[in-house]
Amino acid sequence: MSYKQIRLWKDRWSANLFLWLCLFFIFIVVLIGVGLLIKSAPIWKEQSIVHLIFSKEWKPFQGKFGFLAYISGSLLVTFLAVIIGLPISLMSAVYISEYAPGRVRSILLPLIDLLSGIPPIVYGVWGVLTIVPLVGQVLAPRFGAVSSGYSALTGGIVLAVMIFPLLIRILLDVFEAVPAGLKDASLSLGANQWETVKHVLLKRSAPGIIAATILALSRALGETIAVLMVCGNIAVLPRSIFDSVYPLPALIANNYGDMLSIPQYDAALMLAAFILFVLIFLCNALSRMVLNRLERRDYA
Amino acid sequence: MSQQSSTIGSEVTWSAEGAAVNTADANAAGSAGAYPGASEPPHLSVRNLHVHVGGNHILKNINIDIPNKGITSFIGPSGCGKTTLLKTLNRLLDRQKGVVVKGAVLVDGVNIYDKEVEVTDMRKKMGLLSQRPFPLPMSIFDNIAYGPRIHGIKKKKQLEEIVEYYLRATHLWEEVKDRLNQSAAALSIGQQQRLCLARGLAVEPEIILGDEPTSALDPVSTQRIEELFLQLKDKYTLILVTHILRQARRLSDTIVFLYMGEIIEYGPAEDVLLHPREKLTQEYVKGFIS
Ligand SMILES: Nc1ncnc2c1ncn2[C@@H]1O[C@H](COP(=O)(O)OP(=O)(O)OP(=O)(O)O)[C@@H](O)[C@H]1O
Ligand SMILES: [Mg+2]
Repeated sequence: MSYKQIRLWKDRWSANLFLWLCLFFIFIVVLIGVGLLIKSAPIWKEQSIVHLIFSKEWKPFQGKFGFLAYISGSLLVTFLAVIIGLPISLMSAVYISEYAPGRVRSILLPLIDLLSGIPPIVYGVWGVLTIVPLVGQVLAPRFGAVSSGYSALTGGIVLAVMIFPLLIRILLDVFEAVPAGLKDASLSLGANQWETVKHVLLKRSAPGIIAATILALSRALGETIAVLMVCGNIAVLPRSIFDSVYPLPALIANNYGDMLSIPQYDAALMLAAFILFVLIFLCNALSRMVLNRLERRDYA
Repeated sequence: MSQQSSTIGSEVTWSAEGAAVNTADANAAGSAGAYPGASEPPHLSVRNLHVHVGGNHILKNINIDIPNKGITSFIGPSGCGKTTLLKTLNRLLDRQKGVVVKGAVLVDGVNIYDKEVEVTDMRKKMGLLSQRPFPLPMSIFDNIAYGPRIHGIKKKKQLEEIVEYYLRATHLWEEVKDRLNQSAAALSIGQQQRLCLARGLAVEPEIILGDEPTSALDPVSTQRIEELFLQLKDKYTLILVTHILRQARRLSDTIVFLYMGEIIEYGPAEDVLLHPREKLTQEYVKGFIS
Protein backbone atom coordinates (compact mmCIF):
# COMPACT_ATOMS: atom_id res chain seq x y z
CA MET A 1 0.00 0.00 0.00
CA SER A 2 1.31 3.40 -0.86
CA TYR A 3 1.61 6.14 1.69
CA LYS A 4 -1.28 7.93 0.09
CA GLN A 5 -3.50 4.87 0.32
CA ILE A 6 -2.61 4.39 3.96
CA ARG A 7 -3.59 7.98 4.72
CA LEU A 8 -6.89 7.54 2.94
CA TRP A 9 -7.52 4.27 4.72
CA LYS A 10 -6.77 5.76 8.15
CA ASP A 11 -9.01 8.70 7.46
CA ARG A 12 -11.91 6.53 6.44
CA TRP A 13 -11.48 4.10 9.30
CA SER A 14 -11.10 6.70 11.99
CA ALA A 15 -14.39 8.22 10.90
CA ASN A 16 -16.03 4.80 10.99
CA LEU A 17 -14.55 3.98 14.35
CA PHE A 18 -15.88 7.17 15.91
CA LEU A 19 -19.29 6.56 14.44
CA TRP A 20 -19.43 3.05 15.86
CA LEU A 21 -18.23 4.14 19.27
CA CYS A 22 -20.97 6.72 19.32
CA LEU A 23 -23.60 4.20 18.27
CA PHE A 24 -22.28 1.81 20.87
CA PHE A 25 -22.91 4.27 23.68
CA ILE A 26 -26.33 5.16 22.41
CA PHE A 27 -27.00 1.44 22.22
CA ILE A 28 -25.96 0.98 25.86
CA VAL A 29 -28.35 3.69 26.97
CA VAL A 30 -31.18 2.10 25.02
CA LEU A 31 -30.18 -1.27 26.44
CA ILE A 32 -30.43 0.03 30.01
CA GLY A 33 -33.88 1.42 29.35
CA VAL A 34 -35.11 -1.75 27.68
CA GLY A 35 -33.47 -3.91 30.38
CA LEU A 36 -35.28 -2.04 33.13
CA LEU A 37 -38.53 -2.26 31.25
CA ILE A 38 -38.23 -6.02 30.80
CA LYS A 39 -37.14 -6.59 34.38
CA SER A 40 -40.12 -4.67 35.67
CA ALA A 41 -42.53 -6.51 33.39
CA PRO A 42 -43.96 -8.75 36.15
CA ILE A 43 -45.44 -5.71 37.80
CA TRP A 44 -46.71 -3.66 34.90
CA LYS A 45 -48.23 -6.70 33.32
CA GLU A 46 -50.44 -7.17 36.36
CA GLN A 47 -51.25 -3.62 37.34
CA SER A 48 -51.89 -0.70 35.06
CA ILE A 49 -48.94 1.64 34.78
CA VAL A 50 -51.18 4.66 35.33
CA HIS A 51 -52.41 3.14 38.55
CA LEU A 52 -48.85 2.37 39.65
CA ILE A 53 -47.74 5.93 39.05
CA PHE A 54 -50.73 7.70 40.52
CA SER A 55 -51.44 5.54 43.50
CA LYS A 56 -49.84 6.54 46.74
CA GLU A 57 -50.34 3.24 48.47
CA TRP A 58 -47.08 1.39 48.97
CA LYS A 59 -47.76 -1.87 50.76
CA PRO A 60 -45.42 -4.51 49.37
CA PHE A 61 -46.83 -7.23 51.66
CA GLN A 62 -50.25 -6.75 50.14
CA GLY A 63 -48.84 -6.42 46.66
CA LYS A 64 -49.64 -2.68 46.47
CA PHE A 65 -46.98 -0.65 44.78
CA GLY A 66 -48.02 3.00 44.31
CA PHE A 67 -45.18 5.27 43.30
CA LEU A 68 -46.83 8.64 43.71
CA ALA A 69 -45.22 9.44 47.07
CA TYR A 70 -41.78 8.57 45.75
CA ILE A 71 -42.18 10.44 42.51
CA SER A 72 -43.53 13.55 44.19
CA GLY A 73 -40.79 13.31 46.82
CA SER A 74 -38.13 13.17 44.14
CA LEU A 75 -39.61 16.02 42.18
CA LEU A 76 -40.07 18.20 45.26
CA VAL A 77 -36.52 17.74 46.49
CA THR A 78 -35.10 18.34 43.02
CA PHE A 79 -37.25 21.39 42.51
CA LEU A 80 -36.16 22.84 45.86
CA ALA A 81 -32.53 22.12 45.06
CA VAL A 82 -32.73 24.07 41.82
CA ILE A 83 -34.80 26.90 43.32
CA ILE A 84 -32.18 27.33 46.02
CA GLY A 85 -29.10 26.48 44.02
CA LEU A 86 -29.72 28.35 40.78
CA PRO A 87 -29.88 31.95 42.04
CA ILE A 88 -26.84 31.45 44.26
CA SER A 89 -24.89 29.82 41.47
CA LEU A 90 -25.94 32.44 38.99
CA MET A 91 -24.89 35.30 41.22
CA SER A 92 -21.61 33.62 42.10
CA ALA A 93 -20.85 32.92 38.48
CA VAL A 94 -21.64 36.50 37.50
CA TYR A 95 -19.42 37.75 40.28
CA ILE A 96 -16.54 35.50 39.32
CA SER A 97 -16.76 36.20 35.61
CA GLU A 98 -17.52 39.92 35.67
CA TYR A 99 -16.49 41.48 38.95
CA ALA A 100 -13.87 39.42 40.77
CA PRO A 101 -10.31 40.70 40.55
CA GLY A 102 -7.83 38.18 39.21
CA ARG A 103 -6.53 37.20 42.63
CA VAL A 104 -9.94 36.50 44.13
CA ARG A 105 -10.77 34.46 41.05
CA SER A 106 -7.67 32.36 41.40
CA ILE A 107 -8.66 31.53 44.97
CA LEU A 108 -12.35 30.88 44.27
CA LEU A 109 -12.03 28.61 41.26
CA PRO A 110 -9.93 25.89 42.93
CA LEU A 111 -12.27 26.03 45.93
CA ILE A 112 -15.25 25.38 43.70
CA ASP A 113 -13.47 22.49 42.04
CA LEU A 114 -12.73 21.13 45.48
CA LEU A 115 -16.44 21.25 46.31
CA SER A 116 -17.26 19.17 43.28
CA GLY A 117 -14.69 16.59 44.30
CA ILE A 118 -16.21 15.92 47.73
CA PRO A 119 -17.98 12.54 47.74
CA PRO A 120 -21.77 12.57 48.22
CA ILE A 121 -21.55 10.63 51.47
CA VAL A 122 -19.62 13.52 53.02
CA TYR A 123 -22.35 15.93 51.95
CA GLY A 124 -24.81 13.53 53.52
CA VAL A 125 -22.98 13.52 56.85
CA TRP A 126 -22.62 17.29 56.73
CA GLY A 127 -26.34 17.57 56.00
CA VAL A 128 -27.24 15.39 58.97
CA LEU A 129 -24.95 17.33 61.28
CA THR A 130 -25.88 20.88 60.23
CA ILE A 131 -28.86 21.20 57.91
CA VAL A 132 -31.09 18.69 59.70
CA PRO A 133 -30.92 20.62 62.99
CA LEU A 134 -31.13 23.92 61.13
CA VAL A 135 -34.36 22.91 59.46
CA GLY A 136 -35.80 21.02 62.43
CA GLN A 137 -34.97 23.52 65.16
CA VAL A 138 -34.74 26.88 63.42
CA LEU A 139 -36.51 27.06 60.08
CA ALA A 140 -39.54 24.86 60.70
CA PRO A 141 -40.53 26.54 64.01
CA ARG A 142 -40.13 29.92 62.39
CA PHE A 143 -42.73 28.96 59.82
CA GLY A 144 -44.94 27.36 62.43
CA ALA A 145 -44.26 23.83 61.27
CA VAL A 146 -43.20 20.76 63.16
CA SER A 147 -40.37 18.89 61.56
CA SER A 148 -37.86 16.28 62.54
CA GLY A 149 -35.41 18.14 60.36
CA TYR A 150 -35.24 15.18 57.98
CA SER A 151 -37.28 16.78 55.26
CA ALA A 152 -37.68 17.71 51.64
CA LEU A 153 -36.20 21.10 52.38
CA THR A 154 -33.14 19.56 54.00
CA GLY A 155 -32.64 17.39 50.94
CA GLY A 156 -33.13 20.42 48.72
CA ILE A 157 -30.52 22.44 50.59
CA VAL A 158 -27.95 19.66 50.60
CA LEU A 159 -28.57 18.98 46.92
CA ALA A 160 -28.34 22.69 46.14
CA VAL A 161 -24.87 22.75 47.66
CA MET A 162 -23.96 19.64 45.72
CA ILE A 163 -25.03 20.98 42.33
CA PHE A 164 -23.51 24.39 43.05
CA PRO A 165 -20.02 23.62 41.67
CA LEU A 166 -21.43 21.93 38.60
CA LEU A 167 -23.73 24.86 37.89
CA ILE A 168 -21.02 27.45 38.42
CA ARG A 169 -18.58 25.65 36.16
CA ILE A 170 -21.07 25.44 33.32
CA LEU A 171 -22.33 28.98 33.85
CA LEU A 172 -18.76 30.30 33.76
CA ASP A 173 -18.25 28.55 30.43
CA VAL A 174 -21.52 30.00 29.20
CA PHE A 175 -20.52 33.52 30.23
CA GLU A 176 -17.07 33.07 28.76
CA ALA A 177 -18.71 32.47 25.40
CA VAL A 178 -20.24 35.95 25.38
CA PRO A 179 -17.89 38.05 23.26
CA ALA A 180 -16.08 40.88 25.05
CA GLY A 181 -17.06 43.17 22.19
CA LEU A 182 -20.72 42.76 23.06
CA LYS A 183 -20.15 43.84 26.64
CA ASP A 184 -17.93 46.67 25.41
CA ALA A 185 -20.78 47.79 23.18
CA SER A 186 -23.16 48.03 26.11
CA LEU A 187 -20.60 49.74 28.34
CA SER A 188 -19.71 52.24 25.67
CA LEU A 189 -23.33 53.36 25.58
CA GLY A 190 -22.92 54.44 29.18
CA ALA A 191 -24.48 51.33 30.71
CA ASN A 192 -22.92 50.36 33.99
CA GLN A 193 -21.64 46.94 34.86
CA TRP A 194 -24.92 45.76 36.35
CA GLU A 195 -27.01 46.94 33.42
CA THR A 196 -24.62 45.21 31.10
CA VAL A 197 -24.87 41.99 33.08
CA LYS A 198 -28.65 42.14 33.14
CA HIS A 199 -29.41 43.15 29.58
CA VAL A 200 -26.51 41.66 27.71
CA LEU A 201 -24.69 38.94 29.59
CA LEU A 202 -27.68 37.16 31.13
CA LYS A 203 -29.91 37.68 28.15
CA ARG A 204 -27.39 36.42 25.70
CA SER A 205 -26.63 33.49 27.98
CA ALA A 206 -30.26 32.50 28.51
CA PRO A 207 -30.09 29.29 26.47
CA GLY A 208 -26.91 28.26 28.25
CA ILE A 209 -28.39 29.02 31.64
CA ILE A 210 -31.40 26.87 30.85
CA ALA A 211 -29.23 24.04 29.62
CA ALA A 212 -27.09 24.27 32.76
CA THR A 213 -30.18 24.24 34.97
CA ILE A 214 -31.60 21.17 33.35
CA LEU A 215 -28.30 19.38 33.59
CA ALA A 216 -28.23 20.21 37.28
CA LEU A 217 -31.81 19.02 37.51
CA SER A 218 -30.95 15.60 36.13
CA ARG A 219 -27.99 15.43 38.43
CA ALA A 220 -30.14 16.28 41.45
CA LEU A 221 -32.83 13.86 40.40
CA GLY A 222 -30.37 10.99 40.35
CA GLU A 223 -28.43 11.86 43.48
CA THR A 224 -28.84 9.07 45.99
CA ILE A 225 -26.71 8.74 49.09
CA ALA A 226 -26.80 12.29 50.41
CA VAL A 227 -30.52 12.55 49.81
CA LEU A 228 -31.16 9.20 51.40
CA MET A 229 -29.44 10.37 54.57
CA VAL A 230 -31.33 13.63 55.10
CA CYS A 231 -34.82 13.25 53.66
CA GLY A 232 -36.32 11.03 56.33
CA ASN A 233 -37.47 8.37 53.87
CA ILE A 234 -41.13 8.21 54.72
CA ALA A 235 -43.32 7.32 51.82
CA VAL A 236 -46.22 9.70 52.20
CA LEU A 237 -47.31 12.53 49.99
CA PRO A 238 -45.52 15.60 51.34
CA ARG A 239 -47.85 18.39 52.36
CA SER A 240 -45.13 20.92 53.05
CA ILE A 241 -41.44 21.26 52.42
CA PHE A 242 -40.86 20.43 56.10
CA ASP A 243 -42.30 16.93 55.67
CA SER A 244 -40.14 13.90 55.22
CA VAL A 245 -40.03 12.50 51.74
CA TYR A 246 -38.74 9.34 50.14
CA PRO A 247 -37.10 10.05 46.76
CA LEU A 248 -36.92 7.30 44.15
CA PRO A 249 -33.17 6.72 44.24
CA ALA A 250 -33.32 6.31 48.01
CA LEU A 251 -36.09 3.75 47.61
CA ILE A 252 -33.99 1.70 45.25
CA ALA A 253 -30.77 1.98 47.25
CA ASN A 254 -32.47 1.12 50.53
CA ASN A 255 -34.33 -1.94 49.33
CA TYR A 256 -32.64 -3.48 46.36
CA GLY A 257 -31.43 -6.95 47.17
CA ASP A 258 -33.57 -7.26 50.29
CA MET A 259 -37.00 -8.67 50.72
CA LEU A 260 -36.81 -10.87 47.70
CA SER A 261 -39.34 -13.03 49.47
CA ILE A 262 -42.08 -10.68 48.44
CA PRO A 263 -43.16 -11.39 44.92
CA GLN A 264 -43.06 -8.44 42.57
CA TYR A 265 -40.90 -6.35 44.90
CA ASP A 266 -37.91 -6.75 42.68
CA ALA A 267 -39.96 -5.79 39.66
CA ALA A 268 -41.33 -2.77 41.49
CA LEU A 269 -37.83 -1.48 42.23
CA MET A 270 -36.89 -2.00 38.60
CA LEU A 271 -39.91 0.05 37.69
CA ALA A 272 -38.74 2.75 40.10
CA ALA A 273 -35.42 2.79 38.27
CA PHE A 274 -37.22 2.95 34.97
CA ILE A 275 -39.34 5.89 36.11
CA LEU A 276 -36.18 7.69 37.18
CA PHE A 277 -34.64 6.91 33.82
CA VAL A 278 -37.65 8.33 32.01
CA LEU A 279 -37.76 11.45 34.20
CA ILE A 280 -34.14 12.23 33.46
CA PHE A 281 -34.67 11.47 29.80
CA LEU A 282 -37.64 13.86 29.74
CA CYS A 283 -35.55 16.52 31.43
CA ASN A 284 -32.95 16.32 28.74
CA ALA A 285 -35.50 16.23 25.95
CA LEU A 286 -37.12 19.30 27.45
CA SER A 287 -33.81 21.14 27.59
CA ARG A 288 -33.15 20.24 23.98
CA MET A 289 -36.53 21.63 23.01
CA VAL A 290 -36.06 24.85 24.92
CA LEU A 291 -32.61 25.29 23.45
CA ASN A 292 -33.83 24.71 19.91
CA ARG A 293 -36.59 27.23 20.47
CA LEU A 294 -34.21 29.87 21.74
CA GLU A 295 -31.65 29.21 19.08
CA ARG A 296 -34.25 29.62 16.42
CA ARG A 297 -34.89 33.09 17.72
CA ASP A 298 -31.25 33.51 16.72
CA TYR A 299 -30.13 36.31 18.94
CA ALA A 300 -26.54 36.16 17.83
CA MET B 1 10.76 60.76 -5.98
CA SER B 2 8.81 60.37 -9.17
CA GLN B 3 6.89 57.62 -7.48
CA GLN B 4 5.93 59.91 -4.69
CA SER B 5 4.74 62.70 -6.92
CA SER B 6 2.63 60.29 -8.91
CA THR B 7 1.00 59.22 -5.68
CA ILE B 8 0.28 62.82 -4.89
CA GLY B 9 -1.08 63.35 -8.37
CA SER B 10 -3.55 60.55 -8.13
CA GLU B 11 -4.45 61.65 -4.66
CA VAL B 12 -5.37 65.12 -5.80
CA THR B 13 -7.46 63.71 -8.60
CA TRP B 14 -9.27 61.53 -6.13
CA SER B 15 -10.14 64.29 -3.76
CA ALA B 16 -11.37 66.38 -6.64
CA GLU B 17 -13.82 63.61 -7.48
CA GLY B 18 -14.73 62.66 -3.96
CA ALA B 19 -15.20 66.30 -3.09
CA ALA B 20 -18.65 66.19 -4.61
CA VAL B 21 -19.98 64.97 -1.29
CA ASN B 22 -18.31 67.32 1.06
CA THR B 23 -16.21 69.86 -0.74
CA ALA B 24 -16.79 72.79 1.46
CA ASP B 25 -15.60 71.60 4.80
CA ALA B 26 -12.90 69.32 3.48
CA ASN B 27 -11.33 72.38 1.91
CA ALA B 28 -12.06 74.55 4.88
CA ALA B 29 -10.34 72.12 7.18
CA GLY B 30 -7.44 71.80 4.80
CA SER B 31 -6.95 75.45 4.02
CA ALA B 32 -7.23 76.51 7.64
CA GLY B 33 -3.81 74.99 7.99
CA ALA B 34 -4.04 74.29 11.71
CA TYR B 35 -6.26 71.57 13.12
CA PRO B 36 -9.90 72.09 12.60
CA GLY B 37 -11.35 73.65 15.69
CA ALA B 38 -7.92 74.65 16.92
CA SER B 39 -9.37 77.81 18.40
CA GLU B 40 -11.23 76.00 21.18
CA PRO B 41 -9.34 73.84 23.63
CA PRO B 42 -9.49 70.19 22.55
CA HIS B 43 -11.92 68.21 24.61
CA LEU B 44 -9.89 65.07 24.22
CA SER B 45 -6.19 65.06 25.02
CA VAL B 46 -3.73 62.38 25.94
CA ARG B 47 -0.84 63.17 28.24
CA ASN B 48 2.26 61.07 28.91
CA LEU B 49 0.32 57.88 28.40
CA HIS B 50 2.07 54.58 28.94
CA VAL B 51 0.32 51.24 28.63
CA HIS B 52 1.70 47.92 29.69
CA VAL B 53 -0.10 44.70 28.87
CA GLY B 54 1.13 41.61 30.64
CA GLY B 55 4.52 43.22 31.19
CA ASN B 56 4.94 44.41 27.59
CA HIS B 57 5.33 48.12 27.03
CA ILE B 58 2.65 48.58 24.37
CA LEU B 59 2.15 52.34 24.28
CA LYS B 60 5.05 54.64 24.99
CA ASN B 61 4.64 58.21 26.12
CA ILE B 62 1.66 59.15 24.01
CA ASN B 63 0.79 62.85 23.83
CA ILE B 64 -1.93 64.11 21.53
CA ASP B 65 -4.61 66.75 21.38
CA ILE B 66 -7.47 65.45 19.31
CA PRO B 67 -8.99 68.40 17.44
CA ASN B 68 -12.66 69.06 18.10
CA LYS B 69 -14.96 67.94 15.31
CA GLY B 70 -13.67 66.41 12.13
CA ILE B 71 -12.06 63.04 11.64
CA THR B 72 -8.83 62.00 13.27
CA SER B 73 -7.36 58.72 12.06
CA PHE B 74 -4.87 56.49 13.80
CA ILE B 75 -2.76 54.77 11.21
CA GLY B 76 0.19 52.47 11.44
CA PRO B 77 1.29 48.93 10.80
CA SER B 78 -0.45 45.97 12.40
CA GLY B 79 0.35 45.57 16.06
CA CYS B 80 1.57 49.13 16.53
CA GLY B 81 -1.02 49.83 19.20
CA LYS B 82 -3.88 51.58 17.40
CA THR B 83 -6.63 49.53 19.00
CA THR B 84 -4.95 49.77 22.36
CA LEU B 85 -4.76 53.54 22.14
CA LEU B 86 -8.38 53.80 21.06
CA LYS B 87 -9.54 51.63 23.93
CA THR B 88 -7.66 53.69 26.49
CA LEU B 89 -9.75 56.66 25.42
CA ASN B 90 -12.95 55.34 26.94
CA ARG B 91 -11.41 53.04 29.51
CA LEU B 92 -12.41 49.79 27.90
CA LEU B 93 -8.79 48.69 27.90
CA ASP B 94 -8.25 48.56 31.64
CA ARG B 95 -11.13 46.12 32.00
CA GLN B 96 -8.82 43.51 30.58
CA LYS B 97 -6.50 41.49 32.73
CA GLY B 98 -2.89 42.50 33.16
CA VAL B 99 -3.30 46.01 31.79
CA VAL B 100 -1.52 48.88 33.48
CA VAL B 101 -2.24 52.41 32.27
CA LYS B 102 -0.11 55.35 33.37
CA GLY B 103 -0.59 58.96 32.41
CA ALA B 104 -3.71 60.90 31.67
CA VAL B 105 -6.54 61.02 29.17
CA LEU B 106 -8.31 64.34 29.51
CA VAL B 107 -11.92 64.59 28.44
CA ASP B 108 -13.12 68.17 28.77
CA GLY B 109 -10.20 68.79 31.07
CA VAL B 110 -10.93 65.89 33.42
CA ASN B 111 -8.55 62.97 33.66
CA ILE B 112 -10.75 59.93 33.12
CA TYR B 113 -8.23 57.77 34.95
CA ASP B 114 -8.85 59.68 38.17
CA LYS B 115 -10.46 57.48 40.79
CA GLU B 116 -13.37 59.86 41.38
CA VAL B 117 -14.44 59.98 37.76
CA GLU B 118 -17.76 58.35 36.93
CA VAL B 119 -16.82 56.02 34.12
CA THR B 120 -20.33 55.57 32.76
CA ASP B 121 -20.85 59.32 32.28
CA MET B 122 -17.54 59.56 30.49
CA ARG B 123 -18.31 56.56 28.27
CA LYS B 124 -21.66 58.07 27.38
CA LYS B 125 -19.78 60.92 25.73
CA MET B 126 -18.07 58.48 23.39
CA GLY B 127 -19.77 56.17 20.95
CA LEU B 128 -17.90 53.06 19.93
CA LEU B 129 -17.86 51.20 16.66
CA SER B 130 -15.93 47.99 16.75
CA GLN B 131 -14.22 46.02 14.06
CA ARG B 132 -17.23 43.85 13.56
CA PRO B 133 -20.71 44.91 14.63
CA PHE B 134 -22.05 43.65 17.93
CA PRO B 135 -25.81 44.11 17.93
CA LEU B 136 -27.18 43.66 21.44
CA PRO B 137 -29.24 40.50 21.94
CA MET B 138 -32.57 42.23 21.44
CA SER B 139 -34.76 43.71 18.75
CA ILE B 140 -33.72 46.43 16.31
CA PHE B 141 -35.88 48.93 18.18
CA ASP B 142 -34.47 47.97 21.56
CA ASN B 143 -30.93 48.20 20.27
CA ILE B 144 -31.38 51.89 19.61
CA ALA B 145 -33.61 52.51 22.62
CA TYR B 146 -31.18 50.73 24.95
CA GLY B 147 -28.96 53.72 25.62
CA PRO B 148 -31.73 56.34 25.96
CA ARG B 149 -33.67 53.98 28.26
CA ILE B 150 -30.67 53.50 30.50
CA HIS B 151 -30.22 57.23 30.69
CA GLY B 152 -33.75 57.70 31.90
CA ILE B 153 -36.03 58.14 28.89
CA LYS B 154 -39.08 56.02 29.55
CA LYS B 155 -41.86 57.44 27.40
CA LYS B 156 -42.70 55.17 24.51
CA LYS B 157 -43.51 58.04 22.18
CA GLN B 158 -40.21 59.74 22.82
CA LEU B 159 -38.29 56.50 22.36
CA GLU B 160 -40.07 55.89 19.08
CA GLU B 161 -39.05 59.33 17.88
CA ILE B 162 -35.46 58.76 18.89
CA VAL B 163 -35.32 55.38 17.20
CA GLU B 164 -36.76 56.73 13.98
CA TYR B 165 -34.52 59.78 14.02
CA TYR B 166 -31.29 57.86 14.35
CA LEU B 167 -32.32 55.11 11.98
CA ARG B 168 -32.99 57.82 9.43
CA ALA B 169 -29.69 59.48 10.24
CA THR B 170 -27.91 56.26 9.37
CA HIS B 171 -30.14 55.63 6.34
CA LEU B 172 -31.48 52.44 7.84
CA TRP B 173 -35.06 53.50 8.39
CA GLU B 174 -36.43 52.52 5.02
CA GLU B 175 -34.71 49.15 5.23
CA VAL B 176 -35.92 48.17 8.69
CA LYS B 177 -39.03 50.17 9.51
CA ASP B 178 -41.28 47.16 8.99
CA ARG B 179 -39.34 44.86 11.24
CA LEU B 180 -38.31 46.97 14.18
CA ASN B 181 -39.34 44.24 16.59
CA GLN B 182 -37.28 41.55 14.98
CA SER B 183 -33.91 40.46 16.22
CA ALA B 184 -31.08 42.72 15.18
CA ALA B 185 -28.97 39.67 14.47
CA ALA B 186 -30.99 39.01 11.35
CA LEU B 187 -29.65 42.13 9.62
CA SER B 188 -26.77 41.99 7.19
CA ILE B 189 -23.36 42.84 8.57
CA GLY B 190 -23.38 46.22 6.86
CA GLN B 191 -26.81 47.02 8.25
CA GLN B 192 -25.70 45.85 11.66
CA GLN B 193 -22.76 48.22 11.60
CA ARG B 194 -25.03 51.11 10.70
CA LEU B 195 -27.36 50.01 13.47
CA CYS B 196 -24.44 50.09 15.89
CA LEU B 197 -23.63 53.59 14.69
CA ALA B 198 -27.25 54.67 15.17
CA ARG B 199 -27.26 53.07 18.59
CA GLY B 200 -24.15 54.99 19.56
CA LEU B 201 -25.53 58.28 18.24
CA ALA B 202 -28.75 57.81 20.20
CA VAL B 203 -26.98 58.51 23.49
CA GLU B 204 -25.83 61.83 22.04
CA PRO B 205 -22.10 61.42 22.33
CA GLU B 206 -19.60 64.12 21.46
CA ILE B 207 -16.97 61.72 20.26
CA ILE B 208 -17.23 58.60 18.11
CA LEU B 209 -14.52 55.99 18.31
CA GLY B 210 -14.22 53.53 15.47
CA ASP B 211 -11.82 50.59 15.42
CA GLU B 212 -11.50 49.68 11.76
CA PRO B 213 -15.27 49.95 11.55
CA THR B 214 -15.42 48.97 7.91
CA SER B 215 -12.99 46.10 7.87
CA ALA B 216 -15.71 43.44 8.01
CA LEU B 217 -17.88 45.13 5.42
CA ASP B 218 -18.29 44.78 1.68
CA PRO B 219 -17.31 47.73 -0.52
CA VAL B 220 -20.82 49.12 -0.81
CA SER B 221 -21.46 49.02 2.93
CA THR B 222 -18.03 50.49 3.51
CA GLN B 223 -18.85 53.38 1.24
CA ARG B 224 -22.12 54.03 3.03
CA ILE B 225 -20.41 54.09 6.40
CA GLU B 226 -17.73 56.41 5.06
CA GLU B 227 -20.37 58.75 3.69
CA LEU B 228 -22.01 58.75 7.10
CA PHE B 229 -18.74 59.63 8.76
CA LEU B 230 -18.27 62.55 6.41
CA GLN B 231 -21.75 63.78 7.26
CA LEU B 232 -21.20 63.35 10.98
CA LYS B 233 -17.86 65.06 11.20
CA ASP B 234 -19.35 68.54 11.39
CA LYS B 235 -21.17 67.67 14.57
CA TYR B 236 -18.95 65.07 16.18
CA THR B 237 -15.33 64.38 16.84
CA LEU B 238 -14.60 61.12 15.07
CA ILE B 239 -11.57 59.04 15.90
CA LEU B 240 -10.99 56.16 13.53
CA VAL B 241 -8.47 53.41 13.46
CA THR B 242 -7.63 52.19 10.02
CA HIS B 243 -4.86 50.33 8.35
CA ILE B 244 -6.14 51.22 4.93
CA LEU B 245 -4.17 54.25 3.82
CA ARG B 246 -6.62 55.08 1.08
CA GLN B 247 -9.42 55.21 3.60
CA ALA B 248 -7.38 57.45 5.85
CA ARG B 249 -6.82 59.75 2.87
CA ARG B 250 -10.46 59.79 1.94
CA LEU B 251 -11.72 60.61 5.39
CA SER B 252 -9.17 62.19 7.65
CA ASP B 253 -8.66 65.76 8.69
CA THR B 254 -5.96 64.79 11.14
CA ILE B 255 -3.66 61.81 11.02
CA VAL B 256 -1.83 60.17 13.88
CA PHE B 257 0.91 57.82 12.76
CA LEU B 258 1.85 55.17 15.29
CA TYR B 259 4.76 52.84 15.06
CA MET B 260 5.72 50.24 17.64
CA GLY B 261 3.70 51.94 20.33
CA GLU B 262 5.00 55.43 19.73
CA ILE B 263 3.54 58.40 17.96
CA ILE B 264 5.95 59.14 15.17
CA GLU B 265 4.09 62.02 13.67
CA TYR B 266 0.71 63.66 13.79
CA GLY B 267 -0.95 66.66 12.29
CA PRO B 268 -3.29 67.74 9.52
CA ALA B 269 -3.91 64.94 7.07
CA GLU B 270 -2.32 66.67 4.10
CA ASP B 271 0.90 67.36 5.95
CA VAL B 272 1.31 63.85 7.26
CA LEU B 273 0.26 62.08 4.09
CA LEU B 274 1.80 64.36 1.49
CA HIS B 275 4.72 65.94 3.24
CA PRO B 276 5.69 63.70 6.11
CA ARG B 277 8.54 65.04 8.17
CA GLU B 278 9.70 61.74 9.61
CA LYS B 279 11.46 59.08 7.61
CA LEU B 280 9.30 56.29 9.07
CA THR B 281 6.13 58.09 8.09
CA GLN B 282 7.45 58.60 4.58
CA GLU B 283 8.16 54.93 4.25
CA TYR B 284 4.78 53.95 5.63
CA VAL B 285 2.88 56.36 3.42
CA LYS B 286 4.75 55.10 0.39
CA GLY B 287 3.90 51.56 1.37
CA PHE B 288 7.41 50.40 2.17
CA ILE B 289 6.38 49.31 5.63
CA SER B 290 2.99 47.97 6.40
N1 LIG C 1 -4.03 41.08 25.83
C1 LIG C 1 -2.81 41.29 25.34
N2 LIG C 1 -1.75 40.67 25.89
C2 LIG C 1 -0.50 40.88 25.41
N3 LIG C 1 -0.23 41.68 24.38
C3 LIG C 1 -1.23 42.31 23.79
C4 LIG C 1 -2.59 42.16 24.23
N4 LIG C 1 -3.38 42.92 23.46
C5 LIG C 1 -2.56 43.52 22.57
N5 LIG C 1 -1.29 43.15 22.76
C6 LIG C 1 -0.14 43.61 21.99
O1 LIG C 1 -0.22 45.01 21.93
C7 LIG C 1 0.30 45.46 20.69
C8 LIG C 1 -0.67 46.43 20.09
O2 LIG C 1 -1.87 45.76 19.80
P1 LIG C 1 -3.07 46.49 19.09
O3 LIG C 1 -4.18 45.52 19.02
O4 LIG C 1 -3.31 47.78 19.76
O5 LIG C 1 -2.48 46.75 17.64
P2 LIG C 1 -3.20 47.37 16.39
O6 LIG C 1 -2.37 48.51 15.97
O7 LIG C 1 -4.63 47.62 16.66
O8 LIG C 1 -3.04 46.23 15.32
P3 LIG C 1 -4.04 45.76 14.18
O9 LIG C 1 -3.86 46.71 13.05
O10 LIG C 1 -3.53 44.40 13.83
O11 LIG C 1 -5.40 45.74 14.76
C9 LIG C 1 0.53 44.24 19.83
O12 LIG C 1 1.92 44.01 19.77
C10 LIG C 1 -0.17 43.13 20.58
O13 LIG C 1 0.53 41.95 20.42
MG1 LIG D 1 -6.48 46.74 15.96
